[in-house]
Amino acid sequence: MSRARGILRRLRAPVAVVCGGVALASVAAPAPSPVPALSQAANERTALLAPTSDRAALLPEGRRLFVDACSSCHGEDARGIAGRAPSLRGVGELAADFYLRTNRMPLDAPDDQPTRHPSNALSTQQKRAIVAYIGTFGGPPIPEVHPERGSLPAGRRLFAERCAGCHQIVARGGQAPGAQIPDLEGVAPLDVAEAVDIGPYVMSRFRSLSDHEVDSIARYVAYAKDPEDHGGWGIGHIGPIPEGMVTWLLAAFALLLTIRIIGERTTR
Amino acid sequence: MIGDPVRFVDERLNTASLVRKALRYVFPDHWSFMLGEIALYAFLVLVGTGIFLAFNYVPSDAETVYRGTYEPLRGTPMSEAYKSVVDLSLDVPAGLLIRQTHHWAANVFIAAIVLHLVRILFTGAFRKPREINYWIGLTMLAVAILEGFLGYSLIDDLLSGMGLAIAYSVALATPVIGADVALLIWGGEYPGATVFWDRIFTVHILILPLLLAGLISLHMLILTKQHHTQFPGPKRTERNVVGTPLWPGYALRSLGLLFATAGVLFLLGGLVQINPVWLWGPYEPYLSTNAAQPDWYLGWLIGGLRIMPPLEPVIGDYTLVGNAFFMGALFPLVAFGVLYLWPLIDRRWSGAGERHELLDRPRDNPRRSAALVAFLTWVAIPFVAGATDRVFYRLGVPYDLQIWAFRVLFVVGPFLAWLVARRIFEDLHDRDAHPLRGWTGRVVQRNARGGFETLGAYDGRTRGEGGAERDEATVAADVPAER
Repeated sequence: MSRARGILRRLRAPVAVVCGGVALASVAAPAPSPVPALSQAANERTALLAPTSDRAALLPEGRRLFVDACSSCHGEDARGIAGRAPSLRGVGELAADFYLRTNRMPLDAPDDQPTRHPSNALSTQQKRAIVAYIGTFGGPPIPEVHPERGSLPAGRRLFAERCAGCHQIVARGGQAPGAQIPDLEGVAPLDVAEAVDIGPYVMSRFRSLSDHEVDSIARYVAYAKDPEDHGGWGIGHIGPIPEGMVTWLLAAFALLLTIRIIGERTTR
Repeated sequence: MIGDPVRFVDERLNTASLVRKALRYVFPDHWSFMLGEIALYAFLVLVGTGIFLAFNYVPSDAETVYRGTYEPLRGTPMSEAYKSVVDLSLDVPAGLLIRQTHHWAANVFIAAIVLHLVRILFTGAFRKPREINYWIGLTMLAVAILEGFLGYSLIDDLLSGMGLAIAYSVALATPVIGADVALLIWGGEYPGATVFWDRIFTVHILILPLLLAGLISLHMLILTKQHHTQFPGPKRTERNVVGTPLWPGYALRSLGLLFATAGVLFLLGGLVQINPVWLWGPYEPYLSTNAAQPDWYLGWLIGGLRIMPPLEPVIGDYTLVGNAFFMGALFPLVAFGVLYLWPLIDRRWSGAGERHELLDRPRDNPRRSAALVAFLTWVAIPFVAGATDRVFYRLGVPYDLQIWAFRVLFVVGPFLAWLVARRIFEDLHDRDAHPLRGWTGRVVQRNARGGFETLGAYDGRTRGEGGAERDEATVAADVPAER
């Protein structure tokens, strides 16, 4: 009995180390909800409408769905409602595809920050119809993006200059005044191409970028999802915060345990 | 074989008596006395790995173009300094292992110093006659923080550059002398002259390490002269030292700790990625990244800068004090000032200035311990505030709310901590319970006449395990030694 207890007492230290390690892993691992769920979101990665899609057949349903799902903020004529939502005339299929495909729209409340979601109440077919309908008001088409044609070093440089200030240099997202900057771990190349054109929420527009530059940025974003970790466990790619946690929760903890085991414990 | 050279040295330098004395040096034993040793051994690892790094580092801001093995950086303009660190990491055999071990060792070095300092503070080991050695140790902490920051800066990656930009801003914000000091250190306006890189390199690899080595030697010399303090215990008095001699006892244990420390650091260096500079990319003054942070030991200052309200006294168009000064410079100055003055404050509180060879347990002086908890809380709150952006990002707690909460906590937190800690330490003092192991008081038995008699020390078993069924003889037999 006492022997068993002795063994248990001996096991206490290793068990504590393992628990500490697990606690750390849970923090450094790809983040939990709410945002991280978004980053892993499996929303559609290809355009809702191809250039050759038959748009005319979609328009009646698109009109009906637009009135149902969008018009309370954007207005029945899609000219927007002051203080509520912008006009959609001229935003084109590009913006409609971006917001609907990534499930940023429709919003629960007009002041919410649009964030990407794995799915929402609209089916893919319904989203296609709305995109076709919004496209009838004119505006840019859904862009084509070819990350494989882009240059990784050029993409990294452009990302450092234009994107990293908000999205973090390895695209892990962060905080900006009035907004939560999404990480780009789950985004499709098409999302990148559309976002630089639209400048969603607080983001700037980067319309001066050439197609090649957009391809390059999309290529770097895809690379950054799983970058080269030559040093071992990547602990989240956000630098010193997880490093400090490893210092205290793993290294300092293990060494404290060591001296507690090899040193004398009682004072009298 | 061994005898001849040993005799040769001994006959000339009379080393035998010195060695004999050293081997008989007595270490009073307590696990918490080994915290400083962890720091010492981390320093050894730092020096060893640092020499290797210095051989491979180029302290130059001259511009070059990367043509190495890491594709995403190919063709990118960068400084020679940054390029040398990328090459060291990705192309020099074992380079990354050594660099990562160096960085982990720096983080652990300062963590161990802080833990050691906390132990010294809570047990009253800084009291007469050890004030001078306490001040030396405190100076080492300050030097180590600066040394760590310079190592972080030397790389000239995105994080280095942003860190130096903040340091430059804090220097500029300092009243009266700030701008001149900044120009003097950087050799010109930010990002500074070429000579700046030679300066911080020399300071990082030569001046501060030598200073640290000198202070460590002095620290240990004074330690051996004054001997360790010891916790009170059987046969331990203010005039003796009870413990394990260096040889054959303590030296082997300490050697084991050296190996354990080096082992943990090299394991981390090989398995856990720290500061992946190839991912951060080179720094240019127009570049920045979200989520940039200093290493943990400067987290209290970055958090302080964040929670500081936008206060900036101005007369006309002359700024008296720049905002960054308050939490970037004044706060650490006050914090270190309090720590330097602590032995004097403590002496004023406890009155007499007699010598103390016996330590207090934290509960033995609830007022000191509670004040220390309040002080550490005051420093820890901005430290936690340094992570507000990631807390917002991960948990969605509104950023402004967090900033305001930390501002209030910075002012109120220490008082609350003081009240709670005072209560706990006084309670521990009165009940003499162990905070983790529970009650260790005495077993009292009620006799037939209704009176009480003390049976002896609580041995951890009499309660709960059928103590009521056992007869008096058994209970008494459990605790014979104490009477």
